[in-house]
Amino acid sequence: MSDQGRYQPLTYFQLMEVSLRELLVEKGILNEQQIDEEVAAMRARTPERGARVVAKAWVDDAFRQRLLMNGTAACEELGIEVPSLRLVVVENTPQVHNAIVCTLCSCYPRVLLGVPPDWYKSRNYRSRMVREPRAVLAEFGLQLGDKVQIRVHDSTADMRYMVLPMRPQGTEGWDEARLASIVTRDSMIGVAVPAVP
Amino acid sequence: MKAQYETRFPALPPTFSIGEKVRVRAAAPLGHIRTPFYIRGHVGEIERFCGCFPNPEELAQMRDGLPAQPLYRVRFRQKEVWPDYGGADADVLEVEIYQHWLERP
Repeated sequence: MSDQGRYQPLTYFQLMEVSLRELLVEKGILNEQQIDEEVAAMRARTPERGARVVAKAWVDDAFRQRLLMNGTAACEELGIEVPSLRLVVVENTPQVHNAIVCTLCSCYPRVLLGVPPDWYKSRNYRSRMVREPRAVLAEFGLQLGDKVQIRVHDSTADMRYMVLPMRPQGTEGWDEARLASIVTRDSMIGVAVPAVP
Repeated sequence: MKAQYETRFPALPPTFSIGEKVRVRAAAPLGHIRTPFYIRGHVGEIERFCGCFPNPEELAQMRDGLPAQPLYRVRFRQKEVWPDYGGADADVLEVEIYQHWLERP
Protein backbone atom coordinates (compact mmCIF):
# COMPACT_ATOMS: atom_id res chain seq x y z
CA MET A 1 0.00 0.00 0.00
CA SER A 2 1.38 3.38 -0.86
CA ASP A 3 2.06 5.90 1.86
CA GLN A 4 -0.92 8.23 2.04
CA GLY A 5 0.48 10.53 4.76
CA ARG A 6 0.23 14.25 4.18
CA TYR A 7 3.77 15.39 4.79
CA GLN A 8 4.71 19.02 4.97
CA PRO A 9 8.07 20.61 5.46
CA LEU A 10 8.86 21.71 9.04
CA THR A 11 8.07 25.31 9.82
CA TYR A 12 10.82 27.69 10.88
CA PHE A 13 10.08 27.28 14.59
CA GLN A 14 9.66 23.50 14.41
CA LEU A 15 13.04 23.28 12.74
CA MET A 16 14.55 25.54 15.39
CA GLU A 17 13.10 23.37 18.17
CA VAL A 18 14.46 20.15 16.61
CA SER A 19 17.89 21.70 16.05
CA LEU A 20 18.13 23.04 19.59
CA ARG A 21 16.96 19.76 21.11
CA GLU A 22 19.43 17.72 19.07
CA LEU A 23 22.28 20.07 19.95
CA LEU A 24 21.51 19.85 23.68
CA VAL A 25 21.53 16.05 23.48
CA GLU A 26 24.65 15.92 21.29
CA LYS A 27 26.54 18.13 23.72
CA GLY A 28 25.43 16.03 26.67
CA ILE A 29 23.60 18.89 28.41
CA LEU A 30 20.33 16.89 28.46
CA ASN A 31 19.39 13.42 27.33
CA GLU A 32 16.32 12.28 25.37
CA GLN A 33 14.79 10.72 28.44
CA GLN A 34 14.96 13.94 30.46
CA ILE A 35 13.33 15.84 27.62
CA ASP A 36 10.54 13.25 27.27
CA GLU A 37 9.94 13.32 31.01
CA GLU A 38 9.71 17.11 31.07
CA VAL A 39 7.28 17.15 28.13
CA ALA A 40 5.17 14.49 29.85
CA ALA A 41 5.20 16.48 33.11
CA MET A 42 4.18 19.63 31.25
CA ARG A 43 1.23 17.83 29.61
CA ALA A 44 0.22 16.33 32.95
CA ARG A 45 -0.29 19.77 34.52
CA THR A 46 -3.88 20.80 34.11
CA PRO A 47 -6.14 23.55 35.47
CA GLU A 48 -7.39 21.09 38.09
CA ARG A 49 -4.32 22.04 40.13
CA GLY A 50 -5.36 25.69 40.21
CA ALA A 51 -8.96 24.69 40.92
CA ARG A 52 -7.85 22.80 44.05
CA VAL A 53 -6.13 25.94 45.29
CA VAL A 54 -9.21 28.06 44.67
CA ALA A 55 -11.56 25.59 46.39
CA LYS A 56 -9.27 25.46 49.42
CA ALA A 57 -9.26 29.27 49.61
CA TRP A 58 -13.07 29.29 49.46
CA VAL A 59 -13.44 27.02 52.47
CA ASP A 60 -10.45 28.09 54.56
CA ASP A 61 -10.15 31.81 55.21
CA ALA A 62 -6.71 31.62 56.86
CA PHE A 63 -5.42 29.77 53.79
CA ARG A 64 -7.02 32.40 51.56
CA GLN A 65 -5.09 35.13 53.36
CA ARG A 66 -1.80 33.22 53.10
CA LEU A 67 -2.50 32.64 49.41
CA LEU A 68 -2.94 36.37 48.77
CA MET A 69 0.20 37.14 50.79
CA ASN A 70 2.52 34.54 49.27
CA GLY A 71 0.93 32.38 46.58
CA THR A 72 3.99 30.19 46.13
CA ALA A 73 4.21 29.12 49.78
CA ALA A 74 0.45 28.56 49.98
CA CYS A 75 0.49 26.20 46.96
CA GLU A 76 3.37 24.28 48.49
CA GLU A 77 1.24 23.76 51.60
CA LEU A 78 -1.14 21.80 49.37
CA GLY A 79 1.73 19.73 48.03
CA ILE A 80 1.69 21.56 44.70
CA GLU A 81 5.31 22.14 43.78
CA VAL A 82 5.75 25.45 42.04
CA PRO A 83 9.48 25.61 41.37
CA SER A 84 10.78 29.11 40.70
CA LEU A 85 7.24 30.44 40.31
CA ARG A 86 6.43 33.61 42.21
CA LEU A 87 2.70 33.53 42.24
CA VAL A 88 0.55 36.59 42.77
CA VAL A 89 -3.07 35.72 43.46
CA VAL A 90 -5.55 38.53 42.83
CA GLU A 91 -8.96 38.30 44.39
CA ASN A 92 -12.29 39.09 42.78
CA THR A 93 -14.85 40.82 44.97
CA PRO A 94 -18.29 42.26 44.27
CA GLN A 95 -16.49 45.56 43.53
CA VAL A 96 -13.39 44.33 41.65
CA HIS A 97 -12.92 41.96 38.73
CA ASN A 98 -9.38 40.89 37.81
CA ALA A 99 -8.07 39.54 34.51
CA ILE A 100 -4.62 38.40 33.39
CA VAL A 101 -2.74 39.02 30.18
CA CYS A 102 0.88 39.06 29.04
CA THR A 103 1.26 41.70 26.35
CA LEU A 104 4.96 41.06 25.75
CA CYS A 105 4.82 37.31 25.22
CA SER A 106 2.55 34.75 26.87
CA CYS A 107 3.61 34.42 30.54
CA TYR A 108 1.12 32.11 32.22
CA PRO A 109 1.05 30.16 35.51
CA ARG A 110 1.59 26.83 33.75
CA VAL A 111 2.33 25.03 36.98
CA LEU A 112 -1.23 25.69 38.09
CA LEU A 113 -3.15 26.01 34.84
CA GLY A 114 -1.23 23.77 32.42
CA VAL A 115 -0.55 24.70 28.82
CA PRO A 116 -2.15 28.05 27.91
CA PRO A 117 -5.01 28.16 25.41
CA ASP A 118 -4.11 29.45 21.96
CA TRP A 119 -6.23 32.57 22.33
CA TYR A 120 -4.18 33.61 25.38
CA LYS A 121 -1.12 33.77 23.13
CA SER A 122 -2.91 35.51 20.26
CA ARG A 123 -2.02 39.04 19.25
CA ASN A 124 -5.71 39.91 19.39
CA TYR A 125 -6.13 39.04 23.09
CA ARG A 126 -2.73 40.38 24.12
CA SER A 127 -3.17 43.77 22.50
CA ARG A 128 -6.87 44.35 23.20
CA MET A 129 -7.07 43.11 26.79
CA VAL A 130 -5.14 46.11 28.10
CA ARG A 131 -6.88 48.55 25.75
CA GLU A 132 -10.56 47.57 25.83
CA PRO A 133 -10.95 44.85 28.46
CA ARG A 134 -14.71 45.26 28.75
CA ALA A 135 -15.18 44.58 25.04
CA VAL A 136 -12.91 41.52 25.22
CA LEU A 137 -14.69 40.16 28.30
CA ALA A 138 -18.05 40.66 26.58
CA GLU A 139 -16.79 38.52 23.69
CA PHE A 140 -16.11 35.79 26.25
CA GLY A 141 -19.71 36.22 27.41
CA LEU A 142 -18.85 38.16 30.54
CA GLN A 143 -20.76 41.44 30.93
CA LEU A 144 -19.73 43.51 33.92
CA GLY A 145 -21.54 46.60 35.13
CA ASP A 146 -19.84 49.99 35.34
CA LYS A 147 -19.87 49.78 39.14
CA VAL A 148 -17.38 46.90 39.01
CA GLN A 149 -13.79 48.04 38.71
CA ILE A 150 -11.79 46.05 36.17
CA ARG A 151 -8.15 45.43 37.02
CA VAL A 152 -6.12 44.08 34.17
CA HIS A 153 -2.76 42.60 35.16
CA ASP A 154 -0.04 42.67 32.55
CA SER A 155 2.36 39.89 33.46
CA THR A 156 5.56 41.51 32.25
CA ALA A 157 8.35 40.31 34.50
CA ASP A 158 9.07 37.83 37.31
CA MET A 159 5.58 37.33 38.75
CA ARG A 160 2.87 35.00 37.49
CA TYR A 161 -0.79 35.73 38.16
CA MET A 162 -3.86 33.76 39.00
CA VAL A 163 -7.34 35.11 39.68
CA LEU A 164 -9.15 33.92 42.78
CA PRO A 165 -12.76 34.02 41.57
CA MET A 166 -15.73 34.63 43.85
CA ARG A 167 -17.49 31.60 45.22
CA PRO A 168 -20.88 31.49 43.52
CA GLN A 169 -24.14 31.44 45.44
CA GLY A 170 -25.81 28.07 45.67
CA THR A 171 -22.64 26.24 46.72
CA GLU A 172 -23.26 26.38 50.46
CA GLY A 173 -22.19 23.19 52.20
CA TRP A 174 -20.26 21.83 49.20
CA ASP A 175 -16.98 20.03 49.94
CA GLU A 176 -13.69 21.09 48.36
CA ALA A 177 -13.74 18.49 45.58
CA ARG A 178 -17.20 19.55 44.46
CA LEU A 179 -16.27 23.21 44.64
CA ALA A 180 -13.10 22.57 42.60
CA SER A 181 -15.21 20.96 39.88
CA ILE A 182 -16.82 24.31 38.97
CA VAL A 183 -13.58 26.31 38.90
CA THR A 184 -12.69 26.60 35.24
CA ARG A 185 -9.40 27.57 33.65
CA ASP A 186 -11.00 30.70 32.18
CA SER A 187 -12.27 31.79 35.60
CA MET A 188 -8.68 31.69 36.91
CA ILE A 189 -7.50 33.82 33.98
CA GLY A 190 -10.38 36.19 34.65
CA VAL A 191 -12.31 35.95 31.36
CA ALA A 192 -15.16 34.02 32.99
CA VAL A 193 -16.68 33.43 36.42
CA PRO A 194 -17.56 30.06 37.95
CA ALA A 195 -21.20 29.08 37.64
CA VAL A 196 -23.29 26.47 39.37
CA PRO A 197 -24.36 23.96 36.71
CA MET B 1 9.23 48.21 53.12
CA LYS B 2 8.36 44.54 52.93
CA ALA B 3 8.81 42.70 49.65
CA GLN B 4 6.23 40.13 48.64
CA TYR B 5 9.01 37.71 47.70
CA GLU B 6 12.40 37.46 49.35
CA THR B 7 15.49 38.71 47.58
CA ARG B 8 18.06 36.04 46.85
CA PHE B 9 20.64 38.20 45.10
CA PRO B 10 22.84 41.17 45.89
CA ALA B 11 20.38 43.93 45.14
CA LEU B 12 19.91 47.67 44.88
CA PRO B 13 17.86 49.23 47.67
CA PRO B 14 14.25 50.08 46.76
CA THR B 15 13.81 53.85 46.45
CA PHE B 16 10.03 54.08 45.94
CA SER B 17 7.36 53.41 48.51
CA ILE B 18 3.91 51.95 48.25
CA GLY B 19 1.34 54.51 47.15
CA GLU B 20 3.98 56.81 45.66
CA LYS B 21 3.34 58.36 42.24
CA VAL B 22 5.85 57.34 39.58
CA ARG B 23 6.39 57.98 35.90
CA VAL B 24 7.66 55.27 33.56
CA ARG B 25 10.68 56.53 31.64
CA ALA B 26 9.82 57.44 28.07
CA ALA B 27 12.94 55.80 26.68
CA ALA B 28 13.40 53.47 23.73
CA PRO B 29 16.66 51.56 24.20
CA LEU B 30 17.46 48.56 22.06
CA GLY B 31 17.47 45.04 23.43
CA HIS B 32 15.28 42.77 25.49
CA ILE B 33 13.08 45.21 27.43
CA ARG B 34 10.33 44.03 29.79
CA THR B 35 8.70 47.46 30.03
CA PRO B 36 5.82 47.47 27.54
CA PHE B 37 5.99 50.28 25.03
CA TYR B 38 2.39 51.41 25.64
CA ILE B 39 3.08 52.28 29.28
CA ARG B 40 6.25 54.35 28.79
CA GLY B 41 5.80 57.97 29.81
CA HIS B 42 2.66 57.26 31.86
CA VAL B 43 2.12 58.08 35.51
CA GLY B 44 0.88 55.49 37.98
CA GLU B 45 1.12 54.56 41.61
CA ILE B 46 3.22 51.87 43.32
CA GLU B 47 0.82 49.08 44.32
CA ARG B 48 3.36 46.69 45.82
CA PHE B 49 7.05 45.89 46.02
CA CYS B 50 7.53 42.42 44.54
CA GLY B 51 11.18 41.89 45.54
CA CYS B 52 14.48 42.23 43.67
CA PHE B 53 15.31 40.28 40.52
CA PRO B 54 18.25 40.18 38.12
CA ASN B 55 17.85 42.76 35.38
CA PRO B 56 16.40 40.91 32.35
CA GLU B 57 18.01 43.37 29.94
CA GLU B 58 21.39 42.19 31.24
CA LEU B 59 20.41 38.52 31.44
CA ALA B 60 19.49 38.66 27.76
CA GLN B 61 23.11 39.67 27.06
CA MET B 62 24.39 36.62 28.96
CA ARG B 63 25.46 38.78 31.92
CA ASP B 64 24.41 38.10 35.51
CA GLY B 65 21.94 40.99 35.83
CA LEU B 66 23.36 41.95 39.24
CA PRO B 67 22.91 43.89 41.39
CA ALA B 68 19.28 42.81 41.22
CA GLN B 69 16.68 45.48 40.41
CA PRO B 70 13.78 46.21 42.75
CA LEU B 71 10.58 45.24 40.96
CA TYR B 72 7.25 46.97 41.59
CA ARG B 73 3.69 46.56 40.51
CA VAL B 74 2.49 49.89 39.28
CA ARG B 75 -1.20 50.71 39.01
CA PHE B 76 -2.35 53.02 36.21
CA ARG B 77 -5.77 54.52 35.61
CA GLN B 78 -7.00 53.27 32.25
CA LYS B 79 -8.22 56.78 31.40
CA GLU B 80 -4.71 58.15 31.98
CA VAL B 81 -3.16 55.52 29.71
CA TRP B 82 -5.79 55.69 26.96
CA PRO B 83 -7.59 59.08 26.89
CA ASP B 84 -10.40 57.57 24.79
CA TYR B 85 -10.84 54.54 27.08
CA GLY B 86 -14.46 53.44 26.88
CA GLY B 87 -14.90 51.69 30.25
CA ALA B 88 -15.50 52.89 33.79
CA ASP B 89 -13.45 55.71 35.35
CA ALA B 90 -12.29 53.38 38.10
CA ASP B 91 -10.80 50.75 35.75
CA VAL B 92 -7.08 50.18 36.19
CA LEU B 93 -4.16 48.44 34.58
CA GLU B 94 -1.33 46.97 36.64
CA VAL B 95 2.12 46.33 35.24
CA GLU B 96 5.35 45.00 36.77
CA ILE B 97 8.15 47.53 36.28
CA TYR B 98 11.79 47.48 37.38
CA GLN B 99 13.10 50.40 39.37
CA HIS B 100 15.49 51.67 36.70
CA TRP B 101 12.47 52.36 34.49
CA LEU B 102 10.76 54.57 37.07
CA GLU B 103 11.23 58.22 37.98
CA ARG B 104 9.47 60.77 40.17
CA PRO B 105 6.96 62.72 38.05
